[in-house]
Amino acid sequence: MKQSITLGKVTKFMGLGFLNTFKDLFTGKLEKEDYINFLRKSVVPLASILLFIGLWHLGAKSLYNTEAEFKIEKALKDQGPEAAEAMRACIASGDTSCQPNTLPSPSQVWTSYKSLLKDHRIIKADKLAFAEKTAALNEKRVAAGKDAITYTGRPSFVDQIFRSLRTVFAGFLLALLIAVPLGIFIGLSPTLKSSFNWFIQIFKPVSPVVWYLLVFMIVKTLLIDSNEDSSFTISFISVGLCSMWATLVNTAMGVSSVDKDYINVAKVLKLGSFQKIFKVVLPSSLPLIFTGLKITLSVAWMVLIAIELLAQSPGLGLFVWEEFQNGANDSNAKIIVAMFVIGIIGFLLDRLMLTIQNAVSFDKTDAI
Amino acid sequence: MAYLELNNIHKTYGQGDNATEVLSNINLSIEEGEFVAIVGFTGSGKTTLVNLINGLIEPTKGEVLFKGQPVQGTSHERGVIFQNYSLLPWLTVAQNVFMAVKEAFPKKSKKELNEIVEQYVEMVSLTPAINKRPKELSGGMRQRVAVARALAMKPEMIIMDEPLGALDALTRGNLQDEILNIWGKDRRTALLITNDVDEGIYMADRIIPLRPGPNATLGPEFKIDIERPRDKTEMNDNANFKETRNAIIEYLMDIGDERKSQAKQEFVLPELSPKDFVNQFK
Ligand SMILES: Nc1ncnc2c1ncn2[C@@H]1O[C@H](COP(=O)(O)OP(=O)(O)O)[C@@H](O)[C@H]1O
Ligand SMILES: [Mg+2]
Repeated sequence: MKQSITLGKVTKFMGLGFLNTFKDLFTGKLEKEDYINFLRKSVVPLASILLFIGLWHLGAKSLYNTEAEFKIEKALKDQGPEAAEAMRACIASGDTSCQPNTLPSPSQVWTSYKSLLKDHRIIKADKLAFAEKTAALNEKRVAAGKDAITYTGRPSFVDQIFRSLRTVFAGFLLALLIAVPLGIFIGLSPTLKSSFNWFIQIFKPVSPVVWYLLVFMIVKTLLIDSNEDSSFTISFISVGLCSMWATLVNTAMGVSSVDKDYINVAKVLKLGSFQKIFKVVLPSSLPLIFTGLKITLSVAWMVLIAIELLAQSPGLGLFVWEEFQNGANDSNAKIIVAMFVIGIIGFLLDRLMLTIQNAVSFDKTDAI
Repeated sequence: MAYLELNNIHKTYGQGDNATEVLSNINLSIEEGEFVAIVGFTGSGKTTLVNLINGLIEPTKGEVLFKGQPVQGTSHERGVIFQNYSLLPWLTVAQNVFMAVKEAFPKKSKKELNEIVEQYVEMVSLTPAINKRPKELSGGMRQRVAVARALAMKPEMIIMDEPLGALDALTRGNLQDEILNIWGKDRRTALLITNDVDEGIYMADRIIPLRPGPNATLGPEFKIDIERPRDKTEMNDNANFKETRNAIIEYLMDIGDERKSQAKQEFVLPELSPKDFVNQFK
């Protein structure tokens, strides 16, 4: 029983409290209230998901019909009744050459999802085979001081996800390394605060696209001599600069608004400035700093897609863009798959930060 | 020359039209080894007064002299127990005390410092909770930590701002005895701020009411000539105690009446039962 109590606490702590209702269903005795709770926390969300898929299905179907009618009309107008009949038959047969291009239905998206996974497995096997084949040769090349041959095939969808995550974490780390120390300095000194205020106010609302262009201008020149691919560098720096503002503002605010009682303690104990900052000011602003970091991470993930697309840096953003350009029959469905994957990963990242944030938070009334 | 002297202190908060003089013309002198209590209503300016003495704020007019020198900023010679304990919630009991001890004795080794911490935590009977954080402690235990933290720095004078104000009656009584016990060992100079007349009489050598602010000023002092160690139950029958208690309460009540008759505006008062009213003065 103790086990399940702690499990319950953990899930609640992570903001996944709704999972507990499932657990109760299997372990605990159920009261009337529990049933209502179960209904509210599990059945209702489930029903809303089904409703969403249903509406989506109907909407997609009606869009499909509109598009199909339009195609037939067009054939009729341009090439006459025979062509129109041929078009109608072609669409009905499900032939890929003449399918109306519109919002894909849920089942199409599901099919695309499975085909993307299959594609991933194939590419993975391919990579393994390649590695085996080149292992001996590579050893020789390395021994001879040459570069090893690497796999240069197309990345799979799953590879793209990990590349995006890598970019977002690099950007997040950059934001953290810039914004937290800077925020501390700004928060500690009213002079710095007023002199940086205009800077923050002006740069905070700048759009990701502009950040990208700015970083592009600078990095391109800085890396002019190296022939390395700079798209990753450009995109993670842009992501970092774009998303760091929430952390900067929150850190500065946390540091400058430390509870007066704690400051009085520091004064009465006559703490040195180092002790004061690390033992009093920082711990007391940690909750706000983490709130900022949480926003930063979600902003980073949100702008990442746009920036990858602009920078042509590998990842989900580029995947979406390529699929759009590609215009293949299942491209639209793949874009929707990417959309859900992006959303779900964003949600998980948010939960992760929330968990950390809860862990470092304290309640001031706790100490009074 | 007294150990601590306040000469014609005025303290004004705010500027221009918003300025309110919280304390007016405060004169006080405390001798070395004395235990003085100041009683007053909430909001009368008691915290302002202690912060002037411990050096957290400066007077608008007048001077605070500690051992003949003007007070400038805080000092380890004056230990403070805050009204709301002010423990750092992210540190354990030991760490809270250690932080203070380390500042007070920068030359001591870590081992010596830890010994001091343990000694003072033991003194306030918190050894079993030494590695707990404040949120795991009861109000009384937190206040004990605050006492240990202040005393572990071995200040010459100990200033307590309503240290027991937030505690229930039983815990309060116990802690009063504990503080008196500790104080009795080396009789450092002590200043106790309280809103409880009985507490003041039980603990102090001298008790001074603070007339409510704005323009709060100190009233006449009352000497408590009851031998230590004092016994609470016995004291209730002591003629001197009763007399003093009644005199102080009467004085504080008179101020209340005076203020009421001075008020020109009419106020709608909240509904107070007589019990609440009497409790205010307990
Ligand atoms: N920093 C401050 N700025 C302005 N007004 C203050 C400040 N501190 C206290 N006061 C005011 O001074 C009065 C006395 O406060 P305080 O000394 O805390 O009283 P007490 O400790 O007796 O309850 C109150 O009216 C309070 O609002
Ligand atoms: Mg007060």
